[in-house]
Amino acid sequence: MEIFLVYLKVFAVGGALCALGQLLINKTKMSSARILVSFMLLGVLLEITGAFDYIREFANAGVTVPITGFGSTLAKGALEGAKEDGLFGAVTGGLKAASAGLASVIFFGFVFALIFRSRSKKI
Amino acid sequence: MIAKDAYKRYVEENSPKSPMWRSMIAAFVVGGLICMAGQGVHDGIAAIFPQMAEEEVGAWTTVVMILFGAFFTAVGVYDKLGHFAGGGSIIPITGFANSVVSPAMEYNREGIFFGICAKMFVIAGPIIVLGIVASVLVGIIGLFL
Repeated sequence: MEIFLVYLKVFAVGGALCALGQLLINKTKMSSARILVSFMLLGVLLEITGAFDYIREFANAGVTVPITGFGSTLAKGALEGAKEDGLFGAVTGGLKAASAGLASVIFFGFVFALIFRSRSKKI
Repeated sequence: MIAKDAYKRYVEENSPKSPMWRSMIAAFVVGGLICMAGQGVHDGIAAIFPQMAEEEVGAWTTVVMILFGAFFTAVGVYDKLGHFAGGGSIIPITGFANSVVSPAMEYNREGIFFGICAKMFVIAGPIIVLGIVASVLVGIIGLFL
């Protein structure tokens, strides 16, 4: 029963973020790159104000799977790096924390683009 | 023959009701389901490797979700989902993977170097650049906290 509630909260918060993104698309005709950047920066903002931890405790993947999670990872890594290694950590911390996501998106992007041909002509 | 304004009324009554709400509900449902899938991946990894640190589980979850996003883009499913779900397929990390894989595949006929490698950042470039710039600024602010 408890696990059901966890997944319900994930669904509600994740869905709400995506609906908010759709509202922005409908109202402002923003491109997907701008939407992604806005939500990533929202994640950075939530992380440095400390609000992200509270939302994550409540919503788990509902807030970490959306691109807000990527922004939060970058900001959290930078803050931890600054605390542990000074200026060097401040500069490297963000990329270090986000490296799993960045490395895998570039690696899979390269490999799948080599193997698969675009199907956009058929649509 | 029907009058002009009667026809106008007829069109208004029969055109799809409020695409605004329909698109937001589609985004909510699809985005919520993708996030639930992410939670499932997270819980699965945590169950298989109970001694793994929480941060590492989170990082692996991101990697697996990106793999899903890249794969479903490659087989042509994700872009079709995007037509229906809009923000629901863009905002999750799978949408970030889609924004890399989709142009990379689109331009692979222009070669590996300037096709795949250069064009894969057409949409993701601003996200990566601004994300890194923001993280360095945040880190420098963090030095004074």
